[in-house]
Amino acid sequence: MADNPTLEMDTPAPTKRKGVKRRMFLIGGVAVVGAGLFGISIADSNAVKTAAKLTAGKGEHSFATWLKIAEDNSITIYSPHTDIGQGSNTGLAQMLAEELDAAWDQVKLVSAPAESAFANTGLGRGFMGEMTGQPGIVNGIPQSFMSFIARQMNLQITGGSSALRYTGQVTFQKVGAATRLALIETAAKRLGVPASELTTQDSRVIHAKSNKSLPYGELAAEAASLSLDNEPKLKDPSQYRLMRQSMQRLDIPAKVDGTAQYGMDFTVPDMRVATIMAAPARGGKLTSVDAAPAMAVKGVEKVIKLDDAVAVVANGYWPAISGLRALTPQFTDGGNGGVSTASIFKAYDDLIAKGEPAGEAGEGDVKAGLGAKPVEAKYQVPFLHHAMMEPFALTAHHKDGKLNIWGGMQDPLASKMMAVEVSGLDADNVTFHPMLIGGSFGRRLPMYMEIVQQVTKLAMQLPYPVKLIWSREEEIAQGAYRPQSAAVLKANVNSNKRIAAYQNDYAQTESAEAETIFIYNLPVVTRRHYEHPSNQITGAWRSVNSTQQGFYNESFMDELAHSAGVDPVEFRRNHLKAGSRHLLVLDTVAQRSGWGTPLPEGVGRGVAIVESFKTIVAHVIEASVKEDGSPKVHKVYTVVDAGSIVNPDGALAQIEGGTIMGLSSAIGEAITLDKGAVQQSNFSDYPILKLADAPMEHDVHFINSGAYMGGIGEPGVPPAAPALTNALFAATGKRVRNLPILTQAKA
Amino acid sequence: MAIATTVNGKAVMLEAEPDTPLLWAVREELGLTGTKFGCGIAACGACTVHVNGEPTRSCSVPISEVAGKSITTIEGLKGADGTLHAVQKAWISAQVPQCGYCQSGQIMAAVALIQKTGKPTNAQIDEAMTNICRCGTYPRIRKAIIAATGQAALEGAA
Repeated sequence: MADNPTLEMDTPAPTKRKGVKRRMFLIGGVAVVGAGLFGISIADSNAVKTAAKLTAGKGEHSFATWLKIAEDNSITIYSPHTDIGQGSNTGLAQMLAEELDAAWDQVKLVSAPAESAFANTGLGRGFMGEMTGQPGIVNGIPQSFMSFIARQMNLQITGGSSALRYTGQVTFQKVGAATRLALIETAAKRLGVPASELTTQDSRVIHAKSNKSLPYGELAAEAASLSLDNEPKLKDPSQYRLMRQSMQRLDIPAKVDGTAQYGMDFTVPDMRVATIMAAPARGGKLTSVDAAPAMAVKGVEKVIKLDDAVAVVANGYWPAISGLRALTPQFTDGGNGGVSTASIFKAYDDLIAKGEPAGEAGEGDVKAGLGAKPVEAKYQVPFLHHAMMEPFALTAHHKDGKLNIWGGMQDPLASKMMAVEVSGLDADNVTFHPMLIGGSFGRRLPMYMEIVQQVTKLAMQLPYPVKLIWSREEEIAQGAYRPQSAAVLKANVNSNKRIAAYQNDYAQTESAEAETIFIYNLPVVTRRHYEHPSNQITGAWRSVNSTQQGFYNESFMDELAHSAGVDPVEFRRNHLKAGSRHLLVLDTVAQRSGWGTPLPEGVGRGVAIVESFKTIVAHVIEASVKEDGSPKVHKVYTVVDAGSIVNPDGALAQIEGGTIMGLSSAIGEAITLDKGAVQQSNFSDYPILKLADAPMEHDVHFINSGAYMGGIGEPGVPPAAPALTNALFAATGKRVRNLPILTQAKA
Repeated sequence: MAIATTVNGKAVMLEAEPDTPLLWAVREELGLTGTKFGCGIAACGACTVHVNGEPTRSCSVPISEVAGKSITTIEGLKGADGTLHAVQKAWISAQVPQCGYCQSGQIMAAVALIQKTGKPTNAQIDEAMTNICRCGTYPRIRKAIIAATGQAALEGAA
């Protein structure tokens, strides 16, 4: 796309890694859309034809790429998203089946093939709309154009809390509605009645007057030959039968009896198992390794040297990892021997002190507004690791010029294209088979999936299939971390106890601007970012930059409230617009939590409110400090405004889990560096919150404001850390400015 | 030298090297992939099985130590007629799993806890349920255990 000037949408990133462009488009960039906009269609015709060929067998009929109706009445929906545990596939099925009026028990949802015909155009449209700040603009972009972009970019990604908002709203509801109209048209002809007399329910077209009905399966063949309505009228929410209902998740039964098959579980005859160790200091190269100690382990068959890693291939994981551990490979540090957690914080301090930001946003004359004696606070947060429960595992087999790869990634299509590039094979000869994913939280995004490159390199030189499994130690040491970051915040609170000016100077690897929504209505506010690279990959960690920015702003608002002698809820209220959604969320959480009422001795209450991915979440946390100095979270009250909710229980699960992930990271998680290498190795030194420390009570309330649909997988995370540290301040008078909390407790 | 054990009620011979962790023998030799690899150091519990009824982190027990013992994996929880265990049913009712990867281990830990305590208190749940869930399904795990103990008592299962 680089040769088309109207599509240059990214700014140069400090790390020139492959795939950065895509991330800039998806998460960090601002899309610039050219002129010449005209009507849309649901899918472009070439993609539709290819999709039909790939999915529809005998007695099966394909509709608009994403839907298949069989003559036995079964309905198959193809999802371009990877359900990484967030339940989005069930929500997507609800959205399409709702508009189709499908019988829910005949609906199944499977992963779309990792082929460009299934590139996610709805996602492209949604992102473009949000990134331009004008969601409406995408309605004017020709669908064929969007489809072209998505296919060019091999876009089949899951991220940005996007599945239901973009794919669901932009594509799936329309596909369901348009297909329903085609089925009605077919039935009208067959029954010889006007279409206006027909209704639909449970996968049947019904003519009430004559008491006749036809099942969708009998109509599918003819309906599939009709051209679909590009702008079908969608149902009024009052007619919903499936959406806004807590339908049970389609994937759960297989996850309680051990039958669910993840990438880790894949097996094929003659398969060998490999495990790998890359240079501990990212950027380093393998210089030498004596294979003999590994080869001496029974079951080990091969030691393979890659440019920056060594792999051991064996007849099982245990001999493979035993062989790897017997090796003493030598790596360079790639010139990164001086990189440490302390060196990075020092560089951040120096940059901020120097005051020459790489970029800034905001309004007003902040220098004048801050005055001579602003309130000031400095915060620091560490790299955070995703720690998905399933370590990376991909199986690859190269035979007769064809390469097959099985496993779970957040963008199967981009994974395939990476394997195409590494193998040198034609795209037609490479197939990526998406499988269930045991967690991701942003780790399995295409910008940092070196495992695809590794397993392709191994498979291309092995005569048998090979499953590459990363040990947990490798998984933690070779992460794509939430950036280590620091910020200095300054504000001037005037005699009316109102903020006159507010400045947020933050340093990290790249700008956080795309995910930073500053919700307060202030006369003078500025955010300035300072860039300092490290040798680590900084990735998209659940809710991306909203976590650290949420922590900075909501901690500092609390500090300002206390310094002004104003209640923290009242102080925030005073800086939110009257009648705004933010104010309603804040007031509702204050009311539900009994804000201001007495608490037991030693227990404090903290509030935080953050908007991310178009969803506003406020937490009130009640917490105390245990005898050993660690925090105890007693109760959490949460209020969420995501516009509207497709599956209430599914949304609740995401808010519960997001809150716990936010608390876990705030309390104990940190990736630290020494000599350019990660110091943590496993769950023993990267502690994840356990059940006993999760809040015993969590009150979650959704406000269905009807606003533009926001995300639900990520927005529960960002306010958790500041609500907790604000509660600890209320309980103890001690302000936590550096995360994780436990590092401070020990210090 | 093969090691004789019983897995899910069936006598089996494990052929792997004696130092092979039970986890890998179960997954790679027996093909029972419901038991998951999470950390390899008995820290996360994704690999929890029962050895003679005791919840055991199978990644850190060599097969040489399970000779002659009775092992139950997630695949062995269902009744002979294929009906789900009361704990599995409770897991579905409470819609516990998200990514699901840790849930075999969580369920095995919960079943062992219920077998030991009957109706576990919150404190007993806190103490026994130390398996890691990165998705944060803990509130639902607690809820499902409490629900399952009512059901289990009624049905005489567990």
